[in-house]
Formats: sequence, structure tokens, C-alpha cells
Amino acid sequence: MTPILSVRTLSKSYGPRLGCRGVSFDLWPGEVMGIVGESGSGKSTLLGCLAGHLAADAGQVIFDTRSHGPRDVLAMAEPERRALSRSEWAFVHQHARDGLRMGVSAGGNVGERLMAAGARNYGAIRGAAQDWLARVEIDPGRIDDRPSAFSGGMQQRLQIARNLVTGPRLVFMDEPTGGLDVSVQARLLDLLRGLVRDMGLSAVIVTHDLAVVRLLADRLMVMKSGEVVEQGLTDQVLDDPQHGYTQLLVSSVLAA
Amino acid sequence: MTDAAYNFAYLDEQTKRMIRRAILKALAIPGCQVPFASREMPMPYGWGTGGVQLSAAVLVPEDRFKVIDQGADDTTNAVSIRKFFERTAGVATTTRTADATVIQTRHRIPETPLAEGQILVYQVPIPEPLRFLEPRETETRRMHALGDYGLMHVKLYEDIARHGHVSAAYAYPVMVEGRYVMDPSPIPKFDNPKLSGCPAIQLFGAGREQRIHALPPYTNVVSLDFEDHPFEASKPEHPCALCGATESYLDEVITDDRGTRMFVCSDTDFCTSRRDAALEAAQ
Ligand SMILES: Nc1ncnc2c1ncn2[C@@H]1O[C@H](COP(=O)(O)OP(=O)(O)OP(=O)(O)O)[C@@H](O)[C@H]1O
Ligand SMILES: [Mg+2]
Repeated sequence: MTPILSVRTLSKSYGPRLGCRGVSFDLWPGEVMGIVGESGSGKSTLLGCLAGHLAADAGQVIFDTRSHGPRDVLAMAEPERRALSRSEWAFVHQHARDGLRMGVSAGGNVGERLMAAGARNYGAIRGAAQDWLARVEIDPGRIDDRPSAFSGGMQQRLQIARNLVTGPRLVFMDEPTGGLDVSVQARLLDLLRGLVRDMGLSAVIVTHDLAVVRLLADRLMVMKSGEVVEQGLTDQVLDDPQHGYTQLLVSSVLAA
Repeated sequence: MTDAAYNFAYLDEQTKRMIRRAILKALAIPGCQVPFASREMPMPYGWGTGGVQLSAAVLVPEDRFKVIDQGADDTTNAVSIRKFFERTAGVATTTRTADATVIQTRHRIPETPLAEGQILVYQVPIPEPLRFLEPRETETRRMHALGDYGLMHVKLYEDIARHGHVSAAYAYPVMVEGRYVMDPSPIPKFDNPKLSGCPAIQLFGAGREQRIHALPPYTNVVSLDFEDHPFEASKPEHPCALCGATESYLDEVITDDRGTRMFVCSDTDFCTSRRDAALEAAQ
């Protein structure tokens, strides 16, 4: 089997400041990778480089494309990378506002990727949008409402629907449950877990929250000061942390 | 008589060369917006400074020039632009579409089919079709560069969701040769089909925005739509009250102070020619 994503010695600095350094890992089809670490440890930087939002300084991000097999995303021309990110990838932002068009109806938000991919039947686009609203537990009757009329949790679910409507294979999520109430978080996590399983999605999820990782991630990477200090199966890392920093992280969460 | 204080057609030769270079570039990449260094003209923005600069750059002494404003040759704006070039270029002018070699227009395409050798110059207020969807210029440029036009259809989707149909009656967006989405300037969507396969050269000038775009002869232009909500070049369902034409775009005019209305051709030359021909045939 070929990894869906194969990352090799990925590095990115912001001038003199280190973003992330020497990150390598393989993500297998259907697998969910969690990335945890303290604030400023380079999680978002890494995710941004993987998704092509940020230009990495060095390394390779090899993605197993549907049509051409494994390709180094970093070496791709921008149009090709954009096409990939619209069809095979999804990116869920921490703040729904960053991932939604607030001036466009829920239906338009969900339909955009379909239309960008060439869908030209209004009725079919609307039907797909209604289906997806239902799948993320938003009343399809609200298809013509704008996201500003939605609660934070609904906005986040709408963002997920908007991303998954084109049937991507790889999803990047940056703190998808951040900034939400605990009860809202739990519902969103349930939903995400169901979608990941049903669609056989591969995912990379950045989070602060070890509970999120425990629930969603098959494997875990722990980052500190821009580097990966430990990685392995989620349960193994959490139950038997090897690195001193991970031990601190796990014990502090348990203590809290 | 040409006013000797000006260079031919007002602009100096260097400026005209600069504008011609932009025009050639625009013709080479149909539908792509090309920047140009718009000059101050002796008229305010919003009065066709972009179109006037294009006309100045393409006019030669042998040309016969026509100006229309929403189809009419006799509005203040049309008259003043026509006078401007009579004075600064000494070119002949006409109101007859078929006789004109260069036609500057605001908001209409003439009903009389254009021919090879003619140039149609449009006055354009806002050249960017994505402007109201994405205000950031850097982002719209990238969308054009990458052909990333999902957002354009989102706009049409939103219209249908809200109004049951695409609400744009003017400036209805088009796809040029399957590559660039273009704003055809505020012509009624009735005129959109005339953009495509047109034998004349079509030039679009936006003065304030400093952009030129163009359609070379016989360019394929398609109005954006959905399969189940196809584009329709609609117009008021009436014949012209003056000439009886059923195939021309009509304006609704109020004819007295009691609010009596009638529909008449917006293209005054077209309407007059038809009435003259009918009169002749009757005699
Ligand atoms: N645009 C930027 N310009 C300069 N430095 C940056 C920029 N973005 C991030 N950094 C720096 O890079 C390092 C990694 O930041 P990053 O945002 O990746 O961390 P993070 O793990 O996502 O943190 P958080 O949990 O707070 O979101 C930090 O030192 C940060 O200050
Ligand atoms: Mg972050």
C-alpha cells in the first residue's frame, strides 16, 4: 500500500524565527493523524505547509493523487496545487469565518466547490447542498440563510459540509473544535468521527486538546519548538509517553 | 475643421502608442484585463474617458465616427463626444451604424449587425466582473490567472435562490473563449449574444480603473448560466411603438404628463432607418 501523504524533512522559518523543522511522517489511507503541542510549537505552520497555504523552505510533501499517483506537492505549479486542493483536499479552519463566505447563503457556501469543479445544474447543486446540510445536522430548510444567522457550532458544521461536498480524500483541520462550548465540541467531534469513518477519509488534525486526539486520531505526533519529539499510535503515546515533554503534557492534562 | 492647438484626436502620439500597445495585448488575450496609464481627459470620469481614449488611439483621418449613449445618437453625452472628435480629429461623423468605421458606445450594441473592418469601443465603468464578490484586487487577479471561477457561479446561484432567476439584467457576465470571465460593460443582457462571433473588433475601456479588455473578430463568447436555468436574452414583450420592430431592444418612455407609456427601440438609428424604409416603400 502507498501512503496517501508522505512528508520528508519538511522545514519552514519565518525569517530568523523557526516555524517547524525536519518533520517526516507517513499518513496511510483512512488514517487520522493528530498533532499536539503547546502554543507556538509549529502545528499550524506544519499544516499550512502541507496544505500549500504556506511555502515550505525545504522538504517534500508527496501526495498520492487520484490521477497521477504520488506527486511532490511542493514542486507543483500553483494552478495544479489549487485544483488538487479543491478536489482531493479539504481544509477546516479553526475560525469558521476564515473558511466560509459570510455574505453567501449556506447553499452557496456548500455549492461553491461543486461549481468550481464544473457543476452546472442548479437543481443538482441545491440537492447536494441540502443533503450535506442534513449530514452535518443542519436543517436543510435553512439552505438560504447566511452563516451569520448560525451559531458557532453550526457555522463550523457548515464549514465541514462545504469542504466535504466534493468527496475529498484528505482533510486538514486546524483546531476544528477550538472556541466552541464543551457540549458543542462533543457533538462536533461525534459528527467528525462519523464522517471520517463513513467516507474513509484520511485526516491531519491539529489540536491542543488531548481528548480530541484520543477520540479521533489513530496516530499522534507531539511537537515542541518546531520539531516532532515523539510519534506513534495514539493510545501508546498517551498511555506510555517516552519523551519528557510528552510525559509533562499528559500528566498536566490528567492533573487538570 | 480641426482645432490646431491639439494633436490629432487630442492625445499626444506617445500616449496613443502606449494605449495601442495595451489594445494589441488585450486583443491577443481575449477577455483579459490589461492595465494602461489612463490620461486626464477634458471631461470627468463617468463620461466615457476610457472609451474616448481608446477611440483617440484607434481613429485615423479617414474614419467615420459614430457615438451612441444607450442606443441614442442625440443625447448630450453622445453629442459632446462626437463634437470632441469632430473638433480634435476632424473626422467625419455619422449616425448610421452601417456607415461608421468606429463606433463609441455606452450601454448598447447596435441592432444593425456589425461588419468586418468596424471597431466598436465600449465605455466601461467597472471592468472587474468579480469585484462585488471579492473586493481584493490581488485575489481577483489570481482567480483570473488560475481560471478559478467557482465564485462567479456562486453569484448566479445566489440570485436564483433568492429571486428564482439570475437578477442581472445588465453587465451580465460572460466566458470568453472558455478562458476568461469578462464583464461586457452595462449592456442589457439582450445584447450579450451579439458579443459572440462578431465580425467587428470590440474594445472595452475603463478610464478611472485604467483597464482595457477586448474581443477580436469572431471570438466565442458565452453568457454564464446553469443547464436548468439557461441564459435568456430577454427584452420587453412588445413591438416598437414607432417602427413595429419585434426583434430590437426597447426602452419604455413616458410620453406625456399623465404617465402614458410606450415601448420604442432604444437604437434610434435602427428605428429611424426602418421608418424611413417603410415610408419609401409606401410611396
Ligand atoms: N506569519 C508569521 N510570521 C512570523 N512568525 C510566525 C508566523 N506564524 C507563526 N510564526 C511563528 O512560528 C512559530 C510556530 O507558530 P505556529 O503558529 O505554527 O504555532 P502553533 O503550534 O500553531 O501555535 P498555536 O497553538 O498557538 O496555534 C511561532 O514561534 C510563531 O510565533
Ligand atoms: Mg496554530
